[in-house]
Amino acid sequence: MAKTDINNYVDNETRNIYNSVALNESIEKKYGLTKEILEEISKDKNEPKWVLDIRLKALDTFFKMEDPDWGPDISYLDLSKLATYVKPVEGQVRNWEDVPEDIRDIFDKLGIPESEKKALAGSGAQFDSEVVYHNLTEDLKKQGIIYTSFDEGLRDYPELVKKYFSKAVPINDHKYIALHYALFSGGSFVYIPKNAKLDRPLQSYFRLNAPGAGQFEHTLIIVDEGADLQFIEGCSAPGYNELNLHAGCVELFVEKNASLRFSTIENWSKNMLNLNTKKCFVGENGKIEWIMGSFGSKVSMLYPLSVLNGEGAKVEFTNISFAGKGQNLDTGLKIIHNAPRTSSIVNAKSISKDGGICTFRSNVHVKKNAPKSKLSLSCESLMLDSISRSDTIPVDTIETDDVTFAHEAKIGKISDQAIFYLMSRGLSEEEAKALIVRGFAEPIAKAFPVEYAVEMNRLIDLELEGSIG
Amino acid sequence: MKLLEIKNLKTIAEDDHDLNILKGLNLDIKEGEVHVIMGPNGSGKSTLANTIFSSPRYIITGGSIKFMGEDITGLSTDKIAKKGIFMSFQTPEEIPGVSLAQFLKTTKQSVTGEKVNLYKFTKEVEEYMSKLNMNYDYVNRDFNVGFSGGEKKKNEILQMLILNPKLAILDETDSGLDVDAIKTVSKGINLFKNDNNAVLIITHSTKILKSLKVDKVHILVDGKIIKTGDGSLAEIIENDGYSEYIK
Repeated sequence: MAKTDINNYVDNETRNIYNSVALNESIEKKYGLTKEILEEISKDKNEPKWVLDIRLKALDTFFKMEDPDWGPDISYLDLSKLATYVKPVEGQVRNWEDVPEDIRDIFDKLGIPESEKKALAGSGAQFDSEVVYHNLTEDLKKQGIIYTSFDEGLRDYPELVKKYFSKAVPINDHKYIALHYALFSGGSFVYIPKNAKLDRPLQSYFRLNAPGAGQFEHTLIIVDEGADLQFIEGCSAPGYNELNLHAGCVELFVEKNASLRFSTIENWSKNMLNLNTKKCFVGENGKIEWIMGSFGSKVSMLYPLSVLNGEGAKVEFTNISFAGKGQNLDTGLKIIHNAPRTSSIVNAKSISKDGGICTFRSNVHVKKNAPKSKLSLSCESLMLDSISRSDTIPVDTIETDDVTFAHEAKIGKISDQAIFYLMSRGLSEEEAKALIVRGFAEPIAKAFPVEYAVEMNRLIDLELEGSIG
Repeated sequence: MKLLEIKNLKTIAEDDHDLNILKGLNLDIKEGEVHVIMGPNGSGKSTLANTIFSSPRYIITGGSIKFMGEDITGLSTDKIAKKGIFMSFQTPEEIPGVSLAQFLKTTKQSVTGEKVNLYKFTKEVEEYMSKLNMNYDYVNRDFNVGFSGGEKKKNEILQMLILNPKLAILDETDSGLDVDAIKTVSKGINLFKNDNNAVLIITHSTKILKSLKVDKVHILVDGKIIKTGDGSLAEIIENDGYSEYIK
């Protein structure tokens, strides 16, 4: 089959790079969800008692709470069959050479160590439940910048972690965040001290490799006053028949005059239940930028919340979702304007094909105490055929009159006439659709760091390949 | 040598199978020729262009289309383009997020099946754009997005020059254009035209024909070509209209 050659970026790529499984037996796997298992995990990790207390309380909360009564059906999730903790290797290392070869091989194929050399200030890699690699350049360490695995953060900076941990996302936020707090393992801890600026991004890559397993990483990032950070997270998993569960949590704190750009390319395999929770508090004149690309998973439920707490705080939210056959991507955002002169810009796009479902929920709340706030929301959906579905569900609550508000939503099917036009210029139907989809995604791709824009284009190609005619 | 050979072509509309549009159309075009098709609204002029390109809006119920001796009736649209036929659209599409430069490069590579030499290609595009009085900055703009009607039509002519087909079918490229833009389009056609290719112009007006050497003019009424003449026939139509041909 002829490949679509549009940007000359991507040739001869296949999904195989995501499918590597060559892996020795994991050292340890724990199944199920009991008090004893949580105690074991906590003991393994040498955690302080307050952390175990949170785990136990969260377990209680999980059993008391109900599944959400809206969104995709997830009732088939059977936690008794899920490996809730998978420890792949003993300990975490600072040199890629020290990562066990089979695991390193997988990250090599994903281009992880290579991109660290080229473009990153630091990077981390998590394999199943544990972080296997973490590194930060020396000059950044000297500036007081902290970038460690979450477990290390807990061990080395207990006061700082305790001050922020579970403060953005409470353990009873919803049923699956309670599950997260019971089982959390791995993830990253980042602290950027006052006025520190990084010229290159930090990147954490999460790989869920064990079949029938759950990944519950916790990412906590604090960008202190006047500091800047760009953080990238990537996620992938090989395709299995068994259901995998990802219930991660991201807590972000952007202080006064600070800024954080948080980019995610999510490419979970299509057996993944992705129930992820992200939240950011933004202080006076601070800025959070969310840039998200969601391509994988069987079901996703993800609605990052930005709370604009300080005067002049800003959020920019850029998202693209691509749902193919058997995928139900229920994504969106929540924004709370909780101070005067706060602003939000939302640019969300979704693409669905082969019966895939994309739902975009936006929930914007401008409080009484947030006059002179500005909101601009744009949601666009493109359906590639008539069996796919796209919905946008906006809920806007505006409690003050003194606000500038624009909300635009467009849902459309790919134009047959546009495809005919492109075919009359020699493009096959597949190439024509790919070009239109690429163009549709272009404003989002531009927002990503360049390597990820390339990966995004590659994923679009993979999604479109062989799907037509 | 015969380029296009249409025999007894009959079509119906995809969304209304009772609607007969072309009712037995015959047309031959040879290398080096410029043909013009004129006819009242609804006579089937655009249907003819679209049918040659296997538009999904029409269904062929009879007859055949041959190109350079090969039967291309109902061949997929992209394959027809690769054989060397081009069509300038009455309403060109907009492709958001894809720059004009990227579009031209992608389509050129698709039609020829070869990678373009970027340096030479860029020069060629720049040269043609200048000849068509197009602002070169447009290459970085999204394809046709925010272009005026005239700019979109010039862009069609630009693509014809870049893709350099054996046969170019121009479907009312001159409609809605001001005098200067019509002159530019004629200039583009003259730039393109040589002894080895051919042009089929579908039009309502003779303005676009003024600076062209026209070999044949066909009058299309109710799905059939009912009269064929030389260039002078166009002027008669311009003055007298179609009433003589409509019963």
